[in-house]
Amino acid sequence: MVLARREVAAARPVRRGNAVRLGLMALPVAFFALFFAYPVVAIVGRGLKADGDWQFGRIGTVLSRPDILDVLWFTTWQALASTALTLLIALPGAYVFARFDFPGKQLLRAVVTVPFVLPTVVVGTAFLALLGRGGFLDDLWGVRLDTTVWAILLAHVFFNYAVVVRTVGGLWSQLDPRQEEAARVLGAGRFAAWRRVTLPALAPAVAAAALMVFLFTFTSFGVVQILGGPAYSTLEVEIYRQTAQLLDLPTAAVLTLVQFAAVAGILAVHAWTVRRRETALRLVDPAQTARPPRGAGQRALLGGVLLTVLLLIVVPLGVLVERSLDTSGGYGLGFYRALQSADASGSTFLVPPLDAIGNSLRYALVATLIALVIGGLAAAALTRKAGRLVRGFDALLMLPLGVSAVTVGFGFLITLDKPPLDLRTSWILVPLAQALVGVPFVVRTMLPVLRAVDDRLREAAAVLGASPLRAWREVDLPLVRRAVLVAAGFAFAVSLGEFGATVFIARPDNPTLPVAVARLLGRSGELNYGQAMALSTILMLTCAVSLLVLERIRTDRSGEF
Amino acid sequence: MLAVEAATVRFGKRTALDAVDLEVADHEIVCVLGPSGSGKSTLLRVVAGLQALDGGRVLLDGVDQAPLPVHRRGLGLMFQDHQLFPHRDVAANVAFGLRMHGVPRADRDRRADELLDLVGLPGAGRRAVAALSGGEQQRVALARALAPRPKLLMLDEPLGQLDRSLRERLVVELRTLFGRLGTTVLAVTHDQGEAFALADRVVVMRDGRIAQAGTPLEVWQQPASAFVARFLGFDNLVDATVTGTAADTVWGKVPVPEDSPQGERELLVRPGGVLIGGPKDGLRCTVGVRTFRGHHVTVTLHPDDGPALEAECGLRDTPEEGAVVGVTFDPAETVVLPEHSP
Repeated sequence: MVLARREVAAARPVRRGNAVRLGLMALPVAFFALFFAYPVVAIVGRGLKADGDWQFGRIGTVLSRPDILDVLWFTTWQALASTALTLLIALPGAYVFARFDFPGKQLLRAVVTVPFVLPTVVVGTAFLALLGRGGFLDDLWGVRLDTTVWAILLAHVFFNYAVVVRTVGGLWSQLDPRQEEAARVLGAGRFAAWRRVTLPALAPAVAAAALMVFLFTFTSFGVVQILGGPAYSTLEVEIYRQTAQLLDLPTAAVLTLVQFAAVAGILAVHAWTVRRRETALRLVDPAQTARPPRGAGQRALLGGVLLTVLLLIVVPLGVLVERSLDTSGGYGLGFYRALQSADASGSTFLVPPLDAIGNSLRYALVATLIALVIGGLAAAALTRKAGRLVRGFDALLMLPLGVSAVTVGFGFLITLDKPPLDLRTSWILVPLAQALVGVPFVVRTMLPVLRAVDDRLREAAAVLGASPLRAWREVDLPLVRRAVLVAAGFAFAVSLGEFGATVFIARPDNPTLPVAVARLLGRSGELNYGQAMALSTILMLTCAVSLLVLERIRTDRSGEF
Repeated sequence: MLAVEAATVRFGKRTALDAVDLEVADHEIVCVLGPSGSGKSTLLRVVAGLQALDGGRVLLDGVDQAPLPVHRRGLGLMFQDHQLFPHRDVAANVAFGLRMHGVPRADRDRRADELLDLVGLPGAGRRAVAALSGGEQQRVALARALAPRPKLLMLDEPLGQLDRSLRERLVVELRTLFGRLGTTVLAVTHDQGEAFALADRVVVMRDGRIAQAGTPLEVWQQPASAFVARFLGFDNLVDATVTGTAADTVWGKVPVPEDSPQGERELLVRPGGVLIGGPKDGLRCTVGVRTFRGHHVTVTLHPDDGPALEAECGLRDTPEEGAVVGVTFDPAETVVLPEHSP
């Protein structure tokens, strides 16, 4: 009854609303068609077409190979295990960041986000240095994990801890604690109140975070490449191997399709669960909800989370820094000095590796702007619940997360190289590819908050004379500014760390940091390895500083809420 | 000023507004009164343009509003739960409408101060909305709605969430304020006391239709149907056959005023018109529950036959519970209802 009522009630104004929504969707749709669908379809076509005919039989042939089935099985179960492990370890962290006030919280929040923006190759290397032969644990206790799947799982948790803390904790900090108090007064115990009131409110955010973690680990590339050895290989690693090493485009195309289908399926289920749970929430100023920890239990929880962060994140990063300073002549800045000239590492670079920092920042900034515009328009279009078309659009926006970055990068090279879209020599190609990965973050971060804004606030603005656009600017935008900043942070971070696609399209004279690191790691010799570590350290510090600035903006503005 | 003609809104199978006609004259205060689900809020949303019509028209100063979106209608609407913008302070909330209309900053500030004085919150401009009490939020919402000098101010359950004493004080303040400003007001409420205290004219709604319209006094004195009578709190209703100035009921013969409608009708006896005498006079009743009402006592009387009666008694001459009394009726307090309700 209530449902029917809403649909019919919306029937008329929606007609005008639909036109607006389609207008808002136009740019994101064009963007995705041109810079995502077209390159991916082109490269899949190249793999599956022979003499102008589609060869769909190749799909069956590839999928019946036992080695490919092994890859599929491993990809799936390691992603599931990584996701479960990440949630288990990071949810207490999300709670601590949302509800507790403690000294150094901002710094710590930036620290846990750093791994997320590190190039996957560097994460892999850092864990190899920590868990591998002659590594930290090997030195101390003779423990080696690099031959087990635990290294991969731990690296994935390291990598995705921030996803859960940011996505879940961001919403958690804005949930009104009085809701839980109301349940307590009604007779619910502490846990029951959390389970019945807070958990359902958090569910969409937890689902969104779990989905992201699953997608990242399902499509994991750098980490598995380094830590997996010959025993373990994910789809993405296999696609890269088939494309770049074996030049077997048909197999790569089939695997790209498989990955695409799997991800599309997951996204469909996710969209369904989220839509069922999303409701208008009472959001409050996070500053009002955070309190210093009280009592032994809360202090123990805070201590446990701090210890987790220390062991899981600070130690691997510390090993990274240590290695960057560990020159053959004792600790020093030798590797850093070498980064200033192009010829210190032989013919690896046309420019001093240090130039990569400026390139990376510039590209990431442009990519963030693109992602914010495209993602912001998309989120605005998706704010109000509507028909199948819009839902499809919602899912479309998430696809770049699931499609092989290797495929996208390679696709860019073979499609955007001729008029009218000859971007091969243009610097914009890199930010475009990076923005593609940033948009889903922007949409996922902004949408739950936008949907939680009470529609009658917009109506109040409209009655007072605000046009729909103005009402959006005056009501939605200020209320979601925090979310926009978080989204911008995410977009900036993933753009900075993007590797799979950038490695194909960054020009040799304009490498980004991750590309430069990978190139250095790909060469033998202590100087190259040390320089890679030094450059990774710089990338890590760049990210930490950027994130600290962002955190600062966040709290400055929060006075208005 | 405002004319609503045959306004119809359907939500699926349910008709929320069924060919409603309503006029509001300049400077008039009209209150739409009805139980929840009677369509009164929908009516406001239709006038504001927040709800599209399935039929009929809304005219403001004779101009059809159909092509005008919400923000061009120049109306004021106070929401039931205020809907103040949580991210702005009090002054910014009040000045919001002026800003939307491009009023220069200095004028906005002046007008906001003026309005905060008017609603009794002088100097509250810098306060955060979240820090206001319910009554203060209410006043800010009023100031915000009044600031752009709307042609028509609409109030949705304006005092709904406030406590009783505050409500009674505010309703008088509102009426005085609107009278002074000459504001045209269309309010909806489910509280008859509020409606009668505020309105020049009352419109009672039921199931998306208008059950009765008139001045508060007219509606109070002459409810059009048993529904309106019950909604106003009158429960002494009985089927009657009216002949001349006498009505034949299960309570016996009840005298009715001259010129009452004739034939098969429903009869209302106001509690004040139920006169209690000795057990031998008139209808024999047993005294039931007595409720103290401040200035009088309401007594439930159970006749041997027919529905129970409510009577108003002075504080001193209330009969004891269980006593047997006789009841006669005052023709001045009986009303033969013109419409037979289903």
